[in-house]
Amino acid sequence: MTKCWQPKMHELSICQATLKQVFDVAQEYPNHQIKSISLKIGPLSGVEPLLLEQAFPIASAGTLAKNAQLKIEQLPVKVRCLKCGAETETSANRLLCQHCGDWQTQLLSGDEMLLASIEFVTDS
Amino acid sequence: MCDSCGCGITSTNEQSTDATVTVLKNLLSENDQQAAHNRSHFDKQRVLCINLMSSPGSGKTALLEATIDACDDLSIAVIEGDLETENDAERIRAKGVSAVQITTGNACHLDANMVHHALHQIDLTQLDVLFIENVGNLVCPASFDLGQHRNVTLLSVTEGDDKPAKYPVMFRASDLVLLSKTDLLPFMDDFSPDNVEQHLKALAKDIPLIPLSAKKQLGFDHWINWLHHQVQQNREAIQGFQSTSHEAHQLAA
Repeated sequence: MTKCWQPKMHELSICQATLKQVFDVAQEYPNHQIKSISLKIGPLSGVEPLLLEQAFPIASAGTLAKNAQLKIEQLPVKVRCLKCGAETETSANRLLCQHCGDWQTQLLSGDEMLLASIEFVTDS
Repeated sequence: MCDSCGCGITSTNEQSTDATVTVLKNLLSENDQQAAHNRSHFDKQRVLCINLMSSPGSGKTALLEATIDACDDLSIAVIEGDLETENDAERIRAKGVSAVQITTGNACHLDANMVHHALHQIDLTQLDVLFIENVGNLVCPASFDLGQHRNVTLLSVTEGDDKPAKYPVMFRASDLVLLSKTDLLPFMDDFSPDNVEQHLKALAKDIPLIPLSAKKQLGFDHWINWLHHQVQQNREAIQGFQSTSHEAHQLAA
């Protein structure tokens, strides 16, 4: 699957932006190594997890994060129906209530692209 | 170093965790901060900023040319985004309107930082509307806030009518969808504007759809009315916010 003609370039710039944030936090943990970086990505975020995983080694090479593990939790697309109140899981391009079929729904999850947490270990 | 088997375990991932820091920030929060900064520039001068997106060749520049012709009463400037060439900026300048071209090289989208640099070349005072014509791409631009107030996405009748289903992120982010090149509809057997509406509805947002042809001036009034309405609404919103801030400031003093 291709996202755009240079899929890695797009996710590469997103990786770089993410790592900048990680390094900002890492400044508060001198003498620590970055063990893992956890992300939460939804299908409506516009970011493709697989391509992020491919871009990460390139973005992190030679940096504080070069040995870090990238963990991505893929969130489901969930909507709450404003008509019947049901909360249902659905697909990214059909945000209708899966209970009553109404189109007037509120997105509960699915558009996230979050840097959730960072694990640090002390330098040995 | 393991004594018994000499495996020499030193990998970071097998050490215990000393600290897990919860962040919960958007991956693009730095871009978002820059975008908010851009937006504050626009709001200070009460300029409505519109991010124009579409596939390559849907008619964004033609729309802008026709809009400039139709709106004598609005002061307009344009930021153009393309990988290469100044072609689109030159077309806008030929209409007597200020245009700054951003050539992204290989970047498939504009970001807030690029727009910020371009803003240094634009006089926002006395301006009513700033259009940002994004890179032709139905995927990546949707993820990057530039500081705009409204997203307008073009879909031409020479593309598939199921594009909103194929590119939900882009269309879901749209405040308005313009169905362009409608003068060609008689030749497009497979294109149904009703299908476009249904797919948009399935994105659970009441996104208005205006069919038009910039070339033949079909349906153009609806677009121009929408534009004027947004200019007015934006001014009122900013004025309201500024009054509230002023009152709060006075109360605090």
